Amino acid sequence: MDLALGNDITAPLAISEFKKAGFARVFDNKKIALVPDHFAPAKDLKSANQCKALADFAAEQKIKNYFEVGCMGIEHALLPEKGLVGPGDLVIGADSHTCTYGALGSYATGVGSTDLARAFIDGKCWFKVPENIKFVYKGKLKKWVGGKDLILFTIGQIGVDGALYCAMEFGGPVISNLAMDDRFSMSNMAIEAGARAGLIEPDEITLEYVREVARTQGHKDTRTQGRKDTREKKYAGLKSDADAFYKKIYEWDVSALEPQVACPHLPSNVKPVDSLKNVTLDQVVIGSCTNGRISDLRIAARILKGKKVKAGLRLIVIPATQHIYRQAIREGLLEIFVKAGGVVSTPTCGPCLGGHIGILADGESCLATTNRNFIGRMGSVKSFVYLSSPAVAAASAIKGKIAHPDEA
Amino acid sequence: MIIRGKAHKLGDDINTDDIIAAKYLVSTDPVELGKHCMESIKPDFAKQVSEGDIIVAGKNFGCGSSREHAPLAIKGCGIRAVIAPSFAAIFFRNAINIGLPFLESEDAARINDQDQLEIDLASGVIRNITKDEMYKTQIFPEFLRELVRHGGLLNYIKEKERGQSHA
Repeated sequence: MDLALGNDITAPLAISEFKKAGFARVFDNKKIALVPDHFAPAKDLKSANQCKALADFAAEQKIKNYFEVGCMGIEHALLPEKGLVGPGDLVIGADSHTCTYGALGSYATGVGSTDLARAFIDGKCWFKVPENIKFVYKGKLKKWVGGKDLILFTIGQIGVDGALYCAMEFGGPVISNLAMDDRFSMSNMAIEAGARAGLIEPDEITLEYVREVARTQGHKDTRTQGRKDTREKKYAGLKSDADAFYKKIYEWDVSALEPQVACPHLPSNVKPVDSLKNVTLDQVVIGSCTNGRISDLRIAARILKGKKVKAGLRLIVIPATQHIYRQAIREGLLEIFVKAGGVVSTPTCGPCLGGHIGILADGESCLATTNRNFIGRMGSVKSFVYLSSPAVAAASAIKGKIAHPDEA
Repeated sequence: MIIRGKAHKLGDDINTDDIIAAKYLVSTDPVELGKHCMESIKPDFAKQVSEGDIIVAGKNFGCGSSREHAPLAIKGCGIRAVIAPSFAAIFFRNAINIGLPFLESEDAARINDQDQLEIDLASGVIRNITKDEMYKTQIFPEFLRELVRHGGLLNYIKEKERGQSHA
């Protein structure tokens, strides 16, 4: 494989399994990425020890791609940004949202800690080859409708097991015009329909992203530490065969699609935003591996500029990586969020999985740009999580209840 | 291998946050994790399980995160097998990798809570002793059964290496 990823929740278990099994050295210290992002900066003593397990193992094994707090970010925003994943790569990650890199045309899939431990040993993994399901989006998206709405709509249509064991392939004219950050949001949530991967054929938009990353990384392949980046070439032939077999093909005209919201307690419980006008909120979270990228922050800032968050509501904004954080500072976005009455955190998965920085109390409701709204996901088992795009989240923070971006 | 125990019925789409909430992911000890298994949806679940019992669930069991703590928590609370019509893909591989037996069967719906069951893992046959019924299940490919027989992926890799060095 090209890369194996672990975080502060999954890697400690992999490290102890690796050692317990009596192995001493990892197969390749450049093809492993360790990112303490879930409970980092450490939320308590136990998570501090888990983060330390990563740091110690990285030092001992001389793992190149270990990211300490300060250069760390949410793994699925960080790895593409660092050029560690790209078109044509085979990537496994001990995190279910590893499917995010499918947006770049990488076969990237979530595995468990034992799989990661095994990858440490010999760089291999067992796979069950998935069948493909194709999703074709036609028409022209309305204002305020983007990748998050498309994927929520899709999961709403097919259900949380609608693509069980399958690879989802997103295409059609709407996808061809979709920006990279929106594509990441879509591929990111393929797992929420049970899929092994969420693939998008690499095109000019992908290539432009890959080139930009190569530029910021000094045209070096960070995975091979210094060799010239040759991955641009690799992308050229990555097209689905004309006679490829699909288990199913869905085709939708999404011209009339309104912003979508997933209601408690499943990502498939999706409704158009206009049908949810009487849902009052205690908290809004803008961030995560799904929607913590710069364009997500820009769209939220555009809506929040000069406005105030509804009194009594907590707005928490979390730029996904240190790079995005600095970009948001330079562009004045953080100033807008704080001035509106929101707070800005350093990069972390934090509240998305009920870790820290925004745990919900009994009876509270939250609208988040995250990816899961299971019972108790963000804290109390008596709390309620709704999922949406950053545009709907920002508008709702102003209104104090779920709102269409046009209302803000 | 024969597993005997009583059934604990659960619904569709039981996700990994239901199985073990993220706040407990600061431990990797199966027994500790087991104490909190299914806590969000059935607070007394762990207390009701006796060693050897079997979870019988609806479709898409184990959907959500990649946390291997989920099958570990199930094992840690004393459950010895899971029966469901379908399993989420990452849970599927995690269960195999740690050697937690599970069976895919549409007949899961015929089993009631507290039914006494007997599973023959070699043949994939489930006997419902309470209802006096038999359910046949699809057995896994040989490679996957071998992993479960070895008690998980790393044991399998270790023993394979040992075999090669002796050869």
